[in-house]
Amino acid sequence: MNINFKKETFRDDFTFSNSPEAVRRFPFPFHEDKYMYAVNMEPHVPAGPPGHAYNNPIDVDEHYLSEMEDRAKVLKEDPLRYQALAHMMAAQWDTLELLMEQQAASYPEHFSLTKNGDNWHWINRPMGIDQKFIFGNASTLPLEPLEFITRQAQGDFVIVDQRDNNLWCDAGMVTTQADWSLDFDIGMNFMEWHGPVPLAHEMGVFDRALKFLLNLQQGKPVRRLNWTMTINARLDTSPENYATWGKDRMTVTPDNVGDKVHLRCELQSLWRLPRSNAILFVIRCYLIKMEELVTIPKWGRRFHRVLRDLRNELADYKGLTRYRATTVEWLAKYDDGAATSPGIFPE
Amino acid sequence: MLVKGIKSRPTYNGITLNPAARKHLVALEAEGAEALLEQSQSANSEEWSKSEILFVATSATAADYEQKMAALKANNVWQAPTIPILLNRLSAVLSKSHMGTCLYVSGTEGFIGQVMQVAMNHGIDPASIKTEHRGSEARRVQCVHCKGFTDNVRTSPYTCPHCGLSLLVRDHYSRRLGAFQGVCIDAEEPGTAPTPEVMFP
Repeated sequence: MNINFKKETFRDDFTFSNSPEAVRRFPFPFHEDKYMYAVNMEPHVPAGPPGHAYNNPIDVDEHYLSEMEDRAKVLKEDPLRYQALAHMMAAQWDTLELLMEQQAASYPEHFSLTKNGDNWHWINRPMGIDQKFIFGNASTLPLEPLEFITRQAQGDFVIVDQRDNNLWCDAGMVTTQADWSLDFDIGMNFMEWHGPVPLAHEMGVFDRALKFLLNLQQGKPVRRLNWTMTINARLDTSPENYATWGKDRMTVTPDNVGDKVHLRCELQSLWRLPRSNAILFVIRCYLIKMEELVTIPKWGRRFHRVLRDLRNELADYKGLTRYRATTVEWLAKYDDGAATSPGIFPE
Repeated sequence: MLVKGIKSRPTYNGITLNPAARKHLVALEAEGAEALLEQSQSANSEEWSKSEILFVATSATAADYEQKMAALKANNVWQAPTIPILLNRLSAVLSKSHMGTCLYVSGTEGFIGQVMQVAMNHGIDPASIKTEHRGSEARRVQCVHCKGFTDNVRTSPYTCPHCGLSLLVRDHYSRRLGAFQGVCIDAEEPGTAPTPEVMFP
């Protein structure tokens, strides 16, 4: 399966868009016509119609090269978006192995990994990278293992260490985040790191999620979907740059909703790592424009209902308040009141 | 909007001396001294003889505290002229400390946070450090945009002295940085920042 990698931007002129195939493979995050927090975890096994984002455990799509270019720009401006505490080196190697193996297994025409004992050979054809190195010897790579591989994999990556019956956010590559700061949160435990999320603590969601994740088994990754909305196709909606992108939220009008307003879905997958016993938390961001979303009639109907009925605290926390009404009004044209089928996939 | 009850917000549970400790290392800022002095009756002379006290005064009452602490007959009482000097001394003491040393901190949140940073850099589990908040509610805040720290922030919003943005002070707290988070309050509509209000007297 050859992927036709697009050349596009996620800043300035925002030339990002989804091909019709990319629209159909989008991991639409609502399985019913309403939304409330839930632990909503399921085994991360291949699923969905052919071509769907769920087909491969580590998904590579048409935005790969442009996303990697955007990540490199973010890191040049602010190197603190990549950080790993000193005790996380074993987990860094675990992650490098996992991402190389998964990408090579799912996309052999684009990636290959050859192992001869600890002498490894990694080829990333789309990015033109050919690297021989000794697994476990950081001096044989141009960057720390986690930074090296996450500059070549879509999505944000957080490695959480497990100790004291808790999970600790102790390493990460975070450049496509929904408004949270790795630099501020690194070193925090699971509850602290999720501290600012409203309602969910009181609902017991984090207690249940933590209990579940502490028992996560190797070879049995799990996934869940999370979502928010973003104005313009900006991957880097970081708190660091909020003063740059915050004002975009004031620019939504009834005429530009279709192009400017994006549903932002996070496909989160969690993997127990073999040597370190840490957990790799992959937070893969997918963007879709409202005008692309409504090409799938089920999604147009459903998202109209979800957004219209969303609790105000959640809308505030997700930062939707300023453009929610305009977007709901625009979406209403695509909701004829018909029933929608269960599940997230297109009809 | 200041979101209350954020789980990363530290709690301070008091600095009662633990008799099982081999040594008490106590870092105190101004009114924080009272948290220790209040134990002058309950703790016996053996506890005081195991104690090393590092103290920084930031108010006119310094001399008064100094006298009262001398009366405790601690193994050592040392007074620093400023917080950074105290932190240097603490680091030096910790580098020569042994198992069984118990660390106690009392003062403003900014002081407690900075002492904990030094201690964590010496490998002390932050959960084992005894803390007590005394004195003003002023906060140490990091601007999430330019990463500049500001001590003794009393208002929200406040103007970041490093980059000039008007910052909302959140309850979200980083132990690693020893600071609360400050986020631009008028990013969406520049120029609409509300008048600063004293939130942390």
